[in-house]
Amino acid sequence: MERSHARIAALVLAASFSAAAQEPLKIGFSMSLTGPLGGNGRAALLAMQMWAEDVNTKGGLLGRPVKFVYYDDQTNPANVPGLYNKLLDVDKVDLIVSSYGTNVIAPAIPVAMQRKMAFMTLFGTNPNGRFKYDRYFQIMPNGPDPAVGLTKGFFEVAMTMDPKPSTVALVGADAEYPHAALEGARTNVKAAGLKVVYDKTYPTTTTDFTPIVRAIQATNPDVVFVASYPPDSAGMIRAANEVALKTRQFGGAMIGVQYANLKTQLGPLLNGVVAWEVYAPEPTIKFPGVEQFLARYQPLAAAQQLDSLGFFLPPYAYAMMQIVGEAVQRVGKIDQAKIAEDIHSHEFSTVVGNVRFAKNGEWAEGRPLYVQYRGITGNGLEEWKKPGHEIVLWPKQWKSGDLRQPFDQNRK
Amino acid sequence: MRTLTFTGIAVGIALLVATATSVLVENEYFFSASYTVLQFVVLATAWNILGGFTGYVNFGSAAFFALGAYSGIALDKLTSAPLPLVILAGAAVAGLVGLGMGYLTLRLRGVFFAIATIALAEVLFTLVVNWDYVGGARGAYVALAQTPPLGFRSMGRLLFTVMALMAAGAVSIARFVQVSTLGRGLAAIRDDEMAAECSGVPTLRLKLISTTLSGALMGMAGATFPWFLSYVEPHGVFSLSYAVNSIAMPLIGGMYDWAGPVIGALLLGGLQQILQVNVPADWNLFLVGALLVVFVTVAPHGIMGWTRRR
Amino acid sequence: MSGSLFANALVSGLLLAGFYAAVSVGIAIAFGMLDVVNIAHPAFILLGSYAASVANSAFGIDPILTAAALSPAFFALGAVLYRLYHASFERRGREPLRGLAFFFGILFVTEVALILAFGVDYRSVNTGYIGTTWRFGAVDLPLRLFVPFVVSLAMTVGLQIFLSRTFFGRTVLAVGQDQVALHLMGVDPVRVKQLAFGISIATAGVAGALLVIIQPVQPSLGREYIGLVFAIPVLGGMGSIAGTLVGAAVLGIATSFTATFFGPSWAPAVSFGVLLLALAFRPSGLFGR
Repeated sequence: MERSHARIAALVLAASFSAAAQEPLKIGFSMSLTGPLGGNGRAALLAMQMWAEDVNTKGGLLGRPVKFVYYDDQTNPANVPGLYNKLLDVDKVDLIVSSYGTNVIAPAIPVAMQRKMAFMTLFGTNPNGRFKYDRYFQIMPNGPDPAVGLTKGFFEVAMTMDPKPSTVALVGADAEYPHAALEGARTNVKAAGLKVVYDKTYPTTTTDFTPIVRAIQATNPDVVFVASYPPDSAGMIRAANEVALKTRQFGGAMIGVQYANLKTQLGPLLNGVVAWEVYAPEPTIKFPGVEQFLARYQPLAAAQQLDSLGFFLPPYAYAMMQIVGEAVQRVGKIDQAKIAEDIHSHEFSTVVGNVRFAKNGEWAEGRPLYVQYRGITGNGLEEWKKPGHEIVLWPKQWKSGDLRQPFDQNRK
Repeated sequence: MRTLTFTGIAVGIALLVATATSVLVENEYFFSASYTVLQFVVLATAWNILGGFTGYVNFGSAAFFALGAYSGIALDKLTSAPLPLVILAGAAVAGLVGLGMGYLTLRLRGVFFAIATIALAEVLFTLVVNWDYVGGARGAYVALAQTPPLGFRSMGRLLFTVMALMAAGAVSIARFVQVSTLGRGLAAIRDDEMAAECSGVPTLRLKLISTTLSGALMGMAGATFPWFLSYVEPHGVFSLSYAVNSIAMPLIGGMYDWAGPVIGALLLGGLQQILQVNVPADWNLFLVGALLVVFVTVAPHGIMGWTRRR
Repeated sequence: MSGSLFANALVSGLLLAGFYAAVSVGIAIAFGMLDVVNIAHPAFILLGSYAASVANSAFGIDPILTAAALSPAFFALGAVLYRLYHASFERRGREPLRGLAFFFGILFVTEVALILAFGVDYRSVNTGYIGTTWRFGAVDLPLRLFVPFVVSLAMTVGLQIFLSRTFFGRTVLAVGQDQVALHLMGVDPVRVKQLAFGISIATAGVAGALLVIIQPVQPSLGREYIGLVFAIPVLGGMGSIAGTLVGAAVLGIATSFTATFFGPSWAPAVSFGVLLLALAFRPSGLFGR
């Protein structure tokens, strides 16, 4: 009788071990699935789910299947602390990552700090600046001084013009991201020795941008830099066309022009605009696996009525999960301190290229792209997927063409 | 029941709940979620003093809430003041603006007053967005204490206790207003302002007291918000949801009694917290909207209306 | 101050005013004449925007044509909604606050319906005239704003003529002034109000088509317009279409001039500050009774 007891005990023990091995590895986060940034949040979620699927088909993370536990924060910062407290205390997730945008990342950082969690974040412009949390990481490719790194390329491109420009107009929306970008732009402008002839912001509810563009025109700037969100990006570009803005370089760090719907809606109006992108289908950009990723992402996104191009958040959301996954796998267990240390001390190969982090959690080397749109003839999407329409002007290592200026005469 | 007794009981219950939960409840989520619900208790109670008792619908609750929050931020940038001072400052500033609003809208009745409050909220929002000292559109961060003061296990628990006490205070004040001569005067204004004035009720003075008190309490609710989030920016703090909730909760709970807003806030606020983590967000918003429609159609005097004849 | 800058600011202000008039004339009717605080008006505007956007992407139809074709449907929707509102609220007692909460609920429900049906991404339309700008000397007239301006003017002027010249129109004006007298004259005030509210929602549908021509839309955009659609009729004077036009002009020009000469950031403060001052000194509005 003792032997069969022992056998049963052994079986039970074996069963409970394998059950533990099958216990899912939970990754928790809030995501902006509704509200004005909802489109981006959903696109990011889709990319993250693609990563989870990929990882699970290869056996999961640490031998456990990856499972997401997430809630919609409705792009409302007030919801964030409660949601992360729930994820950590009630849902008992193993790892956390962030939602999209500074407004909903910042309130989560103190919660992460309190629990000493490693915290990978998605596209915030220096939310960690004040907290200085050493386990914070950011997948936005701005570099160690985020606002400056984000906007540097635009002005370096401007200074390649011959003769050199002397005046600049700065304009942006009254919201967190544009203000942050403009702050960085001012530093770059000063470093380049340009004179600021216009520096104003507009309310996010602005309907008509033509008075603003006319006021800018009245100052006759050589360079015009815009920091905006999708509706105003579209509005400013339309207004610039309607007012027939005369300037040598026009564009900026405009969120929205990366999306399929704005690219197709504005079409040829975008020609000549120098814009911030994080990915362009140019031959000089060789991120390993990004083309396959996009080929898989695009039909899935179209089916869910999401941005069907995927040139903005999706590859980066996928990359951030790749980094977290690789670090966890290498460390071999869920140890927040060791995971953070691993991410700090390694270079990662992701679908957005090689990534290394600085001490403050931002990228060690910033490489946002500045491209000039060219040769768009209609309102279709297929043109945008081919090379030759988003000429990379900056950074130098991926340059695929030269700036065509002035803006008002060189629009093809 | 005498006011002092009631206040004592309310504060006592708040402290009891706070202590008990601090000891018994392990997870922080309870405290974050409850903070938000209690915050709405204060907001709804405050709104109801002007809305339910006096009959003037304030659509700009978010503005007063935001004034409280931004006073806190300004004070923090100036001197890193302790929390009680911040709360006082928030209440004072919001109360003053409430007084000003009262003066400005002397002659407005009914929905005109409500429109004026919307306009006021928009003006204040624009002012805050353009005020760089408190961060403007960029937002402002508040310094985090590494270890929470007074031996609390976390900032979340401390804030929960503070908010519970504020709720007790707000409710006591509301009850005091309701049962006092002030309350009778306000009710007279609500029922028929012209008649009240003709019978000698000092309507102007009472209205000003009402707007000031209502504003001050809303500011009080907002004062600790920056510490709850650590980061505040104008769009979030001036959000429409504060206006909607501070109207909907007294409506659902009952507008003629101090207990109505409390019931409404606990119900609607609690429901929102539960839905947020159990239901896809689209359905969350839908259910709140549908609930509003159904409730308001079926229970015209709120839940309190079911229990008393009016 | 450059002459052409001034002239263009004025023109921009007027074009914007046209659009403002379109979105708020429905409230001038619903709230100004019928005392219905339809805070969900922006939701119906968005419904119009989405309908126009769908017809445009699927069939290439011009948004204004879609709006015109669908106005009977919006009218019917308004009529039905009013019946519901009347049965639940008006009959039981004059408490506009509960009606307000009711419409708040409708606003949220509509927003969610749009999210479920169309997702949260921005939508827009493509028409032949959106990229074109007519130039008259130093003054620019972008068709993207001018076409909505023309349509809006036609709609509001048409409404004004309808209300003041036709029998039904005058019953609508009368029901705003004295329901009992109207009843005594043999007209059913509820039916009149129902049809007037239907017209109000129909204007929202048209305004939505104009909105999506001017800028991209997404489901939560409605919330940004709540203040504006009430501010304009109140500023101009309740129950007066002409007043709404004037209110729209005042706010449109104030916005445009502030944006051009002082700094766009201040535009909302100026607009709503003007409203506050107007309410403080002339509570019944510029043209009010």
